[in-house]
Amino acid sequence: MAPVLQLKGITKRFPGVLANDHIDLTLEEGEVLGLLGENGAGKSTLMNILYGLYTPDEGEIYVRGQRADIRDPNDAIALGIGMVHQHFMLIPVLTVAENVMLGMESLRYGVLLDHASAAQRITEISDRYGLQVDPYAVVEDLPVGIQQRVEIIKLLYRNADILILDEPTAVLTPQEVEGLFEVIRSLVAQGKSVIFISHKLREVLEISDRIQVLRGGRVVGSTTPEESTERDLAAMMVGREVILTVPKEPREPDEVVLHVEDLYVRGEHSKMAVDGISFDVRGGEIVGVAGVQGNGQTELVEALTGLRPVEAGRIEIGGHDVTHATPRIITEVGTAHIPEDRRSDGLVLSYPITHNLILNTYYLPPVARGMVMQEDVIRERAERLVAEYDVRTPDVFTPVGNLSGGNQQKVIVARELSRDVLLTIAAQPTRGLDVGSIEYIHAQLVRKRDEGAAVFVVSAELDEVMSLADRIIVMYEGKIMGIVPAAEATKEELGLMMAGVPAAELGDAAASSRVSAEASGGAAEPLHKAH
Amino acid sequence: MDKNAALEAAVEKRPARQRRNRAWNWRGLLLPLLAIVTALIIGALVIVFTDESVYAAFREGVGRGFVQAFTVIGRAYGAFFTGAFGNPVQIVSALASGNPVKITRAVYPITETLRIATPYIFAGLAVALGFQGGLFNIGAEGQYFIAGLLTVFVGYSITGLPQVIHLPLALLAGMAGGALWAAIPGYLKGKTGAHEVINTIMMNYIAFRLAEFLLDVGGPMARGDGRPVSPEIQPTAYLPQFFPNSVALRLHVGFLLALVVAWIVWWLLYKTTLGYEIRTVGQNPHAARYAGIDVPRTILVTMALSGTLAGLSGATDILGVLHFMPNAFYSGYGFDAIALALLGKSHPGGVVLASLLFGALRSGARNMQGMAQVPIDITSILQGLIIVFIAAPEIIRMIYRLRQPVEGEGAAISLTRGWGER
Repeated sequence: MAPVLQLKGITKRFPGVLANDHIDLTLEEGEVLGLLGENGAGKSTLMNILYGLYTPDEGEIYVRGQRADIRDPNDAIALGIGMVHQHFMLIPVLTVAENVMLGMESLRYGVLLDHASAAQRITEISDRYGLQVDPYAVVEDLPVGIQQRVEIIKLLYRNADILILDEPTAVLTPQEVEGLFEVIRSLVAQGKSVIFISHKLREVLEISDRIQVLRGGRVVGSTTPEESTERDLAAMMVGREVILTVPKEPREPDEVVLHVEDLYVRGEHSKMAVDGISFDVRGGEIVGVAGVQGNGQTELVEALTGLRPVEAGRIEIGGHDVTHATPRIITEVGTAHIPEDRRSDGLVLSYPITHNLILNTYYLPPVARGMVMQEDVIRERAERLVAEYDVRTPDVFTPVGNLSGGNQQKVIVARELSRDVLLTIAAQPTRGLDVGSIEYIHAQLVRKRDEGAAVFVVSAELDEVMSLADRIIVMYEGKIMGIVPAAEATKEELGLMMAGVPAAELGDAAASSRVSAEASGGAAEPLHKAH
Repeated sequence: MDKNAALEAAVEKRPARQRRNRAWNWRGLLLPLLAIVTALIIGALVIVFTDESVYAAFREGVGRGFVQAFTVIGRAYGAFFTGAFGNPVQIVSALASGNPVKITRAVYPITETLRIATPYIFAGLAVALGFQGGLFNIGAEGQYFIAGLLTVFVGYSITGLPQVIHLPLALLAGMAGGALWAAIPGYLKGKTGAHEVINTIMMNYIAFRLAEFLLDVGGPMARGDGRPVSPEIQPTAYLPQFFPNSVALRLHVGFLLALVVAWIVWWLLYKTTLGYEIRTVGQNPHAARYAGIDVPRTILVTMALSGTLAGLSGATDILGVLHFMPNAFYSGYGFDAIALALLGKSHPGGVVLASLLFGALRSGARNMQGMAQVPIDITSILQGLIIVFIAAPEIIRMIYRLRQPVEGEGAAISLTRGWGER
């Protein structure tokens, strides 16, 4: 039988870039194909070609043995190809049923929406594939994991049998990832075929039947989970040996730099996003915050950096009370901040590298003398930092908007870590970056710690927090579920805490005693605040 | 020493220093130039299609029709260009003859172009500065009015001052008026997020009605002789004209002031910390906040500076040309200024060039109406077309098959943002 999907010699050029270079790919019926590659390896381009968003310059696509000409997403859907994007395409205020039937509404009398029959079909689909969801629930009330199910149901509702999942685990807790994997297994068991795109090696190894690795727009390897290890795959992906764990020496922490006491911060919709938390970060240690996105981490970082008003509580940095201080004062007290949304907060994309590197020091000598900016100083500083922090760019006057994500982040890292600070706050420092850049940024954060700075890292990647941090804070719905030493933390424990089980209730006596010991030692009574 | 070494390195590198950090380069002129050329071509078609003699000639034969069409275009644009820049032959012969009347007539067109360009430059700079700060100041016209009122008041009510004091005082009054009028919407935007577009428009109406009240017959600033105009300002407040002996040649020192101010605005925007703050807030207010910039304060300062420039537009027009302020007076400079800022890509140099173009358009159209019987409204059509082509550069790129610029190349100026964003 012909494979369900076959790509032959797909080539796509963009000005100056060969995004896809004669890519061959085969997807058999009822299998999961893991597509692995760094950012910029050409995964997204390839999938956008398959979904009709780009036209290939060369190459052919065969669906079930038939030559297919996919010009737009409608063609792709008609051929049974469906895609779940990394950012969900759901309308938050509509119900599940309304979202699912959007674009192919069931109607009564030709004009009225027929919610009942849509809901019935959705229930059928959810029962069949184990995708439990209430068709009448409003999407914005659902957890991210369930929203993702809605996206998958949307595809199945349209009778898709080739499902492309683009980085589907990026927003999920470990438990939700497990749930997604069960759904995928049930889908393929019933004859659907899945392309699973990711840069997380472990997940690709776990779920895939076959794995293809892309690098620089080319297929650099095809393998199976049985034949390969994480190390092999990483090397294939990056093109060299990669250090998967963060090398760092044990270090005794110094005195407290960041002191947070009973902090309350309101989020959007005036909900209490940070709900009474306390902790300390000492000089020479890295404290990581683990938690599913949207559990108050963003608001916490914004409050610490002066970008969001504090409702109640107290923040001290290096002994200064900065609870209600402006971002400038917090910077001047000795804080570096790698913001979560680098393109929105951390950079002015239209500015050249030179002017982005002075974003929060533009008014200080020697960058400015009086009110006159010193262009020569600015240019020399940029040239030095670009070399030191290995920013790949034609020159320092290139607008940062033209740089790749990894290099944009390096510009921010160069700006923030080149300053002499007490405290470094890094929010999602490696989100969306390739393995090489991640390795580099981790090393820089560890260097900062070794130099004696307090480092506070927030990340949605549990692996990152576990390998980078000395201590881990787990947040759930604005509260601290527990603070545990990274060396003793297990993924299961952290996952449960991320899902809202306080450390004290984990049942594992060892774990809870460890946590309470930690609480009395390092942090100000976190457990009392957690429920 | 370290410092010396760094200094030497800087001096060494200077010749090879790249100029890419300028926000504006000569290649940026290509699109505006093509926009102007295209507008002139379409304008020519409009002239031809609305000319009865062309239709008459076509009825006699296609060949004659085409000849007549080109004759009409040639005559119209000929009159237009001599109206805007003067006739070079005439200028040379007039200068050679030394006859003051002849010289006056020969250089009149070019001086008119520069005179009209003067308030355009100020007002265009006002809107451009706003754009740089992410603010859409539609209120330049109202700021022009308030500045005019204050300037004229200082100009006629204070007597006995020497020119060196009276003139700057009158200018400062205008600047302060414009600054205040723009600062109010700026304050509201910074504090509450109220959109500056709405509030500057509202401030315009207040300014217009205020001027009516003050200047209408019997109003507090009316002349008292039954005419709805302010009294004449004192000669000590006059901006000196270049040709004081000629009534026709009205070019005044304000034009040089406009060029100097354009340079100051450029320096402020690109060379100072304040300019960096203004542009950062304009490009990305989130990043500005992150960088510790006081965004509401910067918005207030940007609007006040923008209003100051619009105020200079009104003040120089009164002090240099009108010498009084009439009621129901509509300059249109404040609104054309939006087009100027767009055309000049919000860069002071671009604004100066665009203003010269608009000055030439206005001045040339008057001559075209007189000499070639083409209605003066053709300038509105030309201006409109140029603005459309500038605002939608895709059209020009399509016509001339230009390549798409790479993203991020040539920083796009975001003109304004949604309601409630600060």
